[in-house]
Amino acid sequence: MASKDSVAGTIKVALILCVVCSVFISSAAVILKPFQVANKLLDRNKNILSAAGMFDPALNSNAEVDELFARFTIQVVELDSGEILGAERLAELGIDPATYDERSVFSDTQFSDVLGEDEDIADLKRRVRFSTVYTLPTEDGAVETIVIPVSGYGLWGTMYGYLALDGDGNTVNGIGFYEHKETPGLGGEINNPRWKSLWPGKKVYDEQGEVALNVVKGTGEGDFEIDGLSGASLTSRGVDNMIAFWLGPNGFGPFLTKLKEG
Amino acid sequence: MEHYLSLAIRAVFVENMALQMFLGMCTFIAVSKKVETAVGLGVAVTVVQIITVPLNNLLFTYLLKDGALAWMGFPDLDLSFLGFICYIGVIAAVVQVLEMFLDKYMPSLYNALGVFLPLIAVNCAIMGASLFMVERSYTFSESVVYGTGAGVGWALAITAMAGIREKLKYSDVPQGLRGMGITFITTGLMSLGFMSFSGLSL
Amino acid sequence: MATDTKTLLFKPVVAENPITLQILGICSALAVTTSLRVTIVMCIALTVVTAFSNFFISMVRNYMPSSIRIIIQMAIISALVIAVDQLLQAFAYEVSKQLSVFVGLIITNCIVMGRAEAFAMKNPPVPSFMDGIGNGLGYSSVLLILATVRELFGSGSLFGIEIFPLVSNGGWYQGNGLMLLAPSAFFIIGFLIWIVRTKRVDQVEKNEFHIAPHTTREVVH
Repeated sequence: MASKDSVAGTIKVALILCVVCSVFISSAAVILKPFQVANKLLDRNKNILSAAGMFDPALNSNAEVDELFARFTIQVVELDSGEILGAERLAELGIDPATYDERSVFSDTQFSDVLGEDEDIADLKRRVRFSTVYTLPTEDGAVETIVIPVSGYGLWGTMYGYLALDGDGNTVNGIGFYEHKETPGLGGEINNPRWKSLWPGKKVYDEQGEVALNVVKGTGEGDFEIDGLSGASLTSRGVDNMIAFWLGPNGFGPFLTKLKEG
Repeated sequence: MEHYLSLAIRAVFVENMALQMFLGMCTFIAVSKKVETAVGLGVAVTVVQIITVPLNNLLFTYLLKDGALAWMGFPDLDLSFLGFICYIGVIAAVVQVLEMFLDKYMPSLYNALGVFLPLIAVNCAIMGASLFMVERSYTFSESVVYGTGAGVGWALAITAMAGIREKLKYSDVPQGLRGMGITFITTGLMSLGFMSFSGLSL
Repeated sequence: MATDTKTLLFKPVVAENPITLQILGICSALAVTTSLRVTIVMCIALTVVTAFSNFFISMVRNYMPSSIRIIIQMAIISALVIAVDQLLQAFAYEVSKQLSVFVGLIITNCIVMGRAEAFAMKNPPVPSFMDGIGNGLGYSSVLLILATVRELFGSGSLFGIEIFPLVSNGGWYQGNGLMLLAPSAFFIIGFLIWIVRTKRVDQVEKNEFHIAPHTTREVVH
């Protein structure tokens, strides 16, 4: 024991500790990595399915997610032009549609632009150039449902979710938020099934092709109005801005126009 | 510029480390009996935050992040699981170096802040700021602003708390609530007050 | 030995509760208690880390050079926390997403460091392990009470299962929003301390000033 406070002893103990700890941590990380990656994908797929109204945690089990999700086609869209990227462009940009994540390249100057003040309706500061869309084809090849990732600033922070539209690119199919920081019980009700059930069937664009879908205070009657959340005006406004931005000309507007024209 | 100002305001008021995120509570409750010591600790926390958050940001961006080691020829290496141990290492090292530096070159400041420095290494507010910085993927300059804001916010909270407690000791509190109990309830009320900053943005 | 183990395990639950008496490790206690499911995972994670860090630190306590004592403890604790975090991400992904940074903050949880320094450095591994579990239980008991109150009155449910049907879901219970916000956690802990100290008068803190009784003075004309 006499040597434990000597310099050599100290260095020896420190070295042994480093080796033991690093072996322990690295093996834990390496062994568990496949599970974690699978979990992340499962979680994303589940969110997409729930937005499209195809998954309900009370009815469906996780095992069904893969099977249901396999029916979707994953594509990457250039937001400005509304074009779906072909295999060549994808390879050129180094994007793999199956694993491409808009949020991880959000502040990458190569993949995203700064938004001007008048363009930045949803208070996002930046916008990615390419975004994934998930389409569900019918048996004869037409589009049945399109799911697009949306985000916008609420009261406390950015809300992230998916919006599902019918094949006409105009009728809302469903909405779901998978990450938000809104006040529990007030703004947090954006994930309340009763509120989300107000969305399906509403229309996005009016006859002039402008975004007309609004989250309003009041009754939410008609094709273009959704009743806002009580006690959460700022969150409701955030959702309203989010819709206006992502379905407008700087969001998926060009893509949806192309889709409608066939 | 406006963006940074808004970030700073958020870090100080809206997401106050102590009162909204509950971080650094142990020291917050234990060292808030006197305004003088509270200010000392607050300054020490702020200084350490300003150094460690950007430092951990660099560490994360250039060493730990998925693909960050591409410059060394390992484009597929993802070391982000080592985050926790690296951040706490950086924090402990910075605190230690700061202590030695102050002791040698600024003895007067060392006398004022010295006793608090060891306390800071295990303060969750410091570690928390680094973890939030990574989670929200701040850039380097944002992390400087965020670190400063988080530190100032915490210092503000503990100073205000100490001010209240200095008066509180003269009041006749029910027996069981004396000391800790009433301190918690006071903190709760302060936290309620800080909630009015919610939604504040520039 | 049997009674020793029992004391080690149960003393920290009420008599020497780390949260209400020693005011250790409250940061995470407050932040993760809005839902019972997340709280239970947090409790298990903390108990496991405290127990094993105590165990390992006690095992190597005789070989530890005093100059790097703290950093060795930190390294052991961080390694354990990383392992727990990786496990959670692999097997309880949704809960780990909700806990976000608070798993990492177990490293700076004063209970873990405190027990390592105060108990594990002086005692053999097995009692240290028990002491770790005991303190973990003490922490868990407070957290569970907090989470039960907050989830039940805040969202009308326990473990996500509806107990009081909420007005927003067509029921009769108007959720108490305050319970889900930061301040309520402070209030509940404050009241909890009050209850514990009413039962156990020995824990009451001494007043720094003696408050003199009200006096009446003759009015001098």
